[in-house]
Amino acid sequence: MADFFTTHPLGILLLTVGQVLLVVVPLLVALAFLLYADRKVWAAVQLRKGPNVVGVFGLLQSFADFLKYITKEVVVPAGADKFVFFLAPMLSFVLAMIAWAVIPFNDGWVLSDINVAILYVFAVSSLEVYGVIMGGWASNSKYPFLGSLRSAAQMISYEVSLGLIIIGVIISTGSMNFGDIVAAQDGRYGIFSWYWLPHFPMLFLFIISAMAETNRPPFDLPEAESELVAGYQVEYSSTPFLLFMIGEYVAIVLMCALVSLLFLGGWLSPIPGLPDGVLWFVLKLIFVFFIFALTKAVVPRYRYDQLMRIGWKVFLPLSLAWVVIVAFLAKFELFGGAYARWLM
Amino acid sequence: MTVTTLAFYLFAMSTLVGGLFTVMSRNPVHSVLWLILAFLSSAGLFVLLGAEFVAMLLIIVYVGAVAVLFLFVVMMLDVDFAALKAEMARYMPLALLIGVILLMQFGLAYGSWEASAAAEGNRLAIMPQGENTQGLGLLIYDQYFLLFQLSGLILLVAMIGAIVLTLRHRTDVKRQNVLAQMWRDPAKSMELKDVKPGQGL
Repeated sequence: MADFFTTHPLGILLLTVGQVLLVVVPLLVALAFLLYADRKVWAAVQLRKGPNVVGVFGLLQSFADFLKYITKEVVVPAGADKFVFFLAPMLSFVLAMIAWAVIPFNDGWVLSDINVAILYVFAVSSLEVYGVIMGGWASNSKYPFLGSLRSAAQMISYEVSLGLIIIGVIISTGSMNFGDIVAAQDGRYGIFSWYWLPHFPMLFLFIISAMAETNRPPFDLPEAESELVAGYQVEYSSTPFLLFMIGEYVAIVLMCALVSLLFLGGWLSPIPGLPDGVLWFVLKLIFVFFIFALTKAVVPRYRYDQLMRIGWKVFLPLSLAWVVIVAFLAKFELFGGAYARWLM
Repeated sequence: MTVTTLAFYLFAMSTLVGGLFTVMSRNPVHSVLWLILAFLSSAGLFVLLGAEFVAMLLIIVYVGAVAVLFLFVVMMLDVDFAALKAEMARYMPLALLIGVILLMQFGLAYGSWEASAAAEGNRLAIMPQGENTQGLGLLIYDQYFLLFQLSGLILLVAMIGAIVLTLRHRTDVKRQNVLAQMWRDPAKSMELKDVKPGQGL
């Protein structure tokens, strides 16, 4: 029986589908509660109660919203490009989900352990802009189009600095595999061996760029509801809208996972002696998500020219300079080899 | 038929279909979307060849950046599709001629052309061992460092040329000076005056 799952093509297929479900289903369920947590944090900052009606403490609010979305009517605007109109939300959802194929949750707990894993995540997140552009264009309407143009420019701008920051981490590790990146952060000093310390300024640049890349407030210019109504999502209703929203949130959680893998040591325990495990990874992910949620609540939206200026004139030169500095520190093994972890 | 063969035919088919519809489709935005499909499928072909680094770069550079700019430009264009169709009929003979010539060249290259016996050995000799990311790095940055830097220099010159051609200094527009705004001192830029009622300043 055990042979069936490793040798027979059908068995391999079944096993793969099972593994995929094992990642996707907990992820989507966790997402429902993260959405709830996001709204609760937001409400707490504004001295409101937030969702508190459905279920105990409103815990089932996201599931109620889900049911509401899928039972509503799908409205297609006149003159819309029907095929692209429906392709856009599906693409947005699928791309957000497939990036999780290479994210390890614990040592070896990964669907696909490829050696260019970080490039794969970067490639998939650079494709996410298409969902937004296609949705905005296919709606055949003014506000969505403006929102999608803004979004295209914004996401391309911040991708550049994200990529350069990732290069610094790759240079320090000498590998593009997430397992190796986390293993390189394993050291005698627990929390102080992780990359957040040697790559300190880049941690903040990464989090801010990640917010801009995922259209998260304070950089939610593509959907700025006070000027563009809701940007590229204006003409979407029901399930297509739900797919856009889930895609957006899954991308945000993916960025949180990336921060915890690249800078916060993934599944490593912060105190030497305590066992490593998936729990630490989840805790770090939730911590980073809390920062994202808090930022949404306390920071006002940027103006578009400010957003572009900070991306091209501040983040890009800083991250580019950081790549050069890291390369220098790694080459000459300064600071006890903190930047040249492949030697250890 | 193994899974790899099946995947090869799938990717090859979708590359060809994507390329065909890039040329055939009536709407230029659809053309770009088909082009993206062709790019993605060729990335799949690279993965099948075991060149996963090149595949990822193809997606990041061509699909993630170049095609977005294409789409950006094409969406902004106000194109008359009927006129475009007429143009296509006019240039069809020329396009067919180029296609036939290309086909003949490929026929020559793969039909009658014979590679020397040493060629395969020469090709393998420059391939470093290990992962292909590492191999590419060694080839580009160690063995062919000078050529790589020169090609980068050519691109830089092209970029500077494009900037110089489009750069113009306009003196009649108001520009925001961000640093000046940030360093403004409220104590110096504002003066409080005690104005008596009915008198003014």
